[in-house]
Amino acid sequence: MRGRRKLRGICAAILCVVFAAGLFAGTVTSYSYATQFRERSNAPPSAAHLLGTDGLGRDLFARLLYGTRVSLLLAPAAALLSTLIAGIFGGFAGLAGGCSEKLILAAADLSMALPLLFVLLALRALLPLDISPILSVVATFVLLGLLGWPSSLRVVWASTKSFRNSDFLLLARATGCGRLRMIVRHLFPNLRPILFAQFWISIPVFVLTEATLSMLGLGVMEPLPSWGNLLRGLEDISAVSANPWRLAPLILLILVATCFQLVLPVQEETA
Amino acid sequence: MTPSPLKNLALVILLAFALPARAQTGGELHFCLHGEPKTFNPILVDDEASENIRYLTGGVLIRLNRQTQALEPALATSWTISRDRRTITFHLRKGVHFSDGTPFSAEDVAYTMKLLMDPETHSPTGDAFRSGEGNMQVQTPAADLAVITFPAPIAGLERLFDQVAILSAHSPKKEMAVLGPFYVAEYKAGSYILLQKNPNYWKHDAQGHSLPYIDSVRLDIQRNRDIELLRFRRGELQLINRLDAEQFDRLQHENPAVTRNAGTGLDAEELWFNQSPAAPLPPYKKAWFGTKEFRKAISLAINRADLCRLVFAGYAKPAYGPVSPSNHFWFNASLEEPKYDPQAALRLLAQAGFRLENDTLKDRAGNRVEFTIVTNSGNAPREKMATMIQQDLSQVGIKVNVVTLDFPSLIERMTRTFDYEACILGLVNTDLDPNGQMTVWLSSGEDHQWNPSQKTPVSEWEAEIDKLMREQATAPTEEERKAKFDRVQQIVAEQQPFIYLINKDVLVAVSPSVVGASPVVLNPWAFWNAETLRLGPAPELGVQK
Repeated sequence: MRGRRKLRGICAAILCVVFAAGLFAGTVTSYSYATQFRERSNAPPSAAHLLGTDGLGRDLFARLLYGTRVSLLLAPAAALLSTLIAGIFGGFAGLAGGCSEKLILAAADLSMALPLLFVLLALRALLPLDISPILSVVATFVLLGLLGWPSSLRVVWASTKSFRNSDFLLLARATGCGRLRMIVRHLFPNLRPILFAQFWISIPVFVLTEATLSMLGLGVMEPLPSWGNLLRGLEDISAVSANPWRLAPLILLILVATCFQLVLPVQEETA
Repeated sequence: MTPSPLKNLALVILLAFALPARAQTGGELHFCLHGEPKTFNPILVDDEASENIRYLTGGVLIRLNRQTQALEPALATSWTISRDRRTITFHLRKGVHFSDGTPFSAEDVAYTMKLLMDPETHSPTGDAFRSGEGNMQVQTPAADLAVITFPAPIAGLERLFDQVAILSAHSPKKEMAVLGPFYVAEYKAGSYILLQKNPNYWKHDAQGHSLPYIDSVRLDIQRNRDIELLRFRRGELQLINRLDAEQFDRLQHENPAVTRNAGTGLDAEELWFNQSPAAPLPPYKKAWFGTKEFRKAISLAINRADLCRLVFAGYAKPAYGPVSPSNHFWFNASLEEPKYDPQAALRLLAQAGFRLENDTLKDRAGNRVEFTIVTNSGNAPREKMATMIQQDLSQVGIKVNVVTLDFPSLIERMTRTFDYEACILGLVNTDLDPNGQMTVWLSSGEDHQWNPSQKTPVSEWEAEIDKLMREQATAPTEEERKAKFDRVQQIVAEQQPFIYLINKDVLVAVSPSVVGASPVVLNPWAFWNAETLRLGPAPELGVQK
């Protein structure tokens, strides 16, 4: 148990460092993520460029830091949005039952049946073209948040349904507890670990979905970096074997996704 | 009876000369097609894979030599064209047989042409021959004479016959009976096509040996270029018909002996601004895009040399215009070399009423010059070019956004809603003749991308291009056609409706075991001379792992 706690501490520390590096990218590096040093393209790591440069001569360390900011700030926001939607509608369906329950579950099933990637592609294509890269990345993550709720909803719904017939809610109802008070004082505290778990699980999922979208060229717009579009540099496997430092975004992604899984408190993990 | 020493010596000398020759004939050439052929019927071909099969199996009356870019006699030993360019008379080769043994005659030419021009056939190859109202007539006064008359003159008529593989009018095997160097022996959908040497092929080399030298060609259907490269490295494939710059660069570092750069290709990458009146854009942006000085300034501010060096690893050349310098006859050599000069760009912009304020370019009304370039997602070179153009134009105060869209969404915007500002795409040029670009240059054309399907030309220069393109199509001599198309290229260079960026090099890989390979810039780049390719001895086969 102590070892587990220690591991969680290390993971939390790693996440804090990575978050801070992303947040204060402008202080950590003096390079802009967009400046092209065209005479120094594909340069290996050096004192001037810690992770070398990409094919257009852009500093990869700067791009990784700014990419971390984009991916790690917006993925939790999208996860929060999807968890909120799942919490509200899943909780309502579980409590209300009847037609509302059937309707909400049918909507969730329908959403799960839709190929998320194609829906995202279609919605992305509908966005106006003249929006800035920042707005585009926010829009991408909002879309991820708005479309990523169904699986969380089913988990929340199943838990709420099991609570609905539980002794503590029955007792609360028998003592004349109002509906709102029952939800706020009795149901929500019991749902909290489940919602936390869904939130933590969603973050790496959204980071990876953005990476997939960027791999298809539909995620974050150039020149803004994200882990996704940095991972596109790994498409050419033999170029990577010749320049192993290009694996840095992948290593960071694996590290952060793993830390997110391990940092979950035991209570949330079992939820 | 014992053999005399003289006879033994003669035998040794004979063997010494005969063995290497035998080692270089026969065998199987192995490479990949990048898609499933949609048809084996040569008159229905409209995809690259089917076209490759047609090239290897089809016998044509006139063949375009991919190296010299000159027309050569094939099944027709000679031909004449009437002064009105409506009638072509072919004198056919005698004693030729299809792969199944059926004799070839003028009747087969008539049968093929009628099928080709039948509207019910919907032949894409036949479309190039359609001219004016009325029907085509084919006469066959003798077994070795075919006279074809079209209802209206056709420019570059003889060149079009390079695409017409002659079918047999009598063979029970229908289109599977061929006159080319190989015939389709086996086909496993999604897996491979096996072509065997046509035993009745008419062509012989200078020494009188029958062609082709190799016995068979195995074409694996492989869409994934990385797997193709991996298999080539393992020695499982003997050639790769087209490589991208990164793959080529890598392969060259590993084994320079297998890489071949055929030179600047015919395909171009270009940027254009949406000038369609139907575009849902603010009027001031339409005014910028419609201004010649604005387009020329953008062209001057783009560093094409950097695009070639960084995006294409140096395997590309700055593009002059619609015709690549590799197109020997049609390229207008008097065109100015594309320049990179941001200061000249700023001067031009100032002439057009733009001004630079705090590193931001503004128009007369004070609107910041900002536009969005769209391109298709998943195409890394285009995305990189757009990103580089973004930085280049920032130096003249222009803010550029780059958006990638999936191809159907992009086409929808380009052709239906016109909801885009600027676009980077490529023009695939498979034809040397400008007639193949008619729909691009005529203002009424659907591929006149900057402002398609105009009822009447909206500008004087577009009207002049329309006139020149129509005139060149009916001009009596190639020289007159060339003079008119040179003027078209000049107008395009002056007006920059398309800002041509680069022409990519044609990059292929050929195993050292393939003898006689001489890649060219015309499709099929690496195996255009498949009939004269030989396979070297086994130890040389393949590339080192």
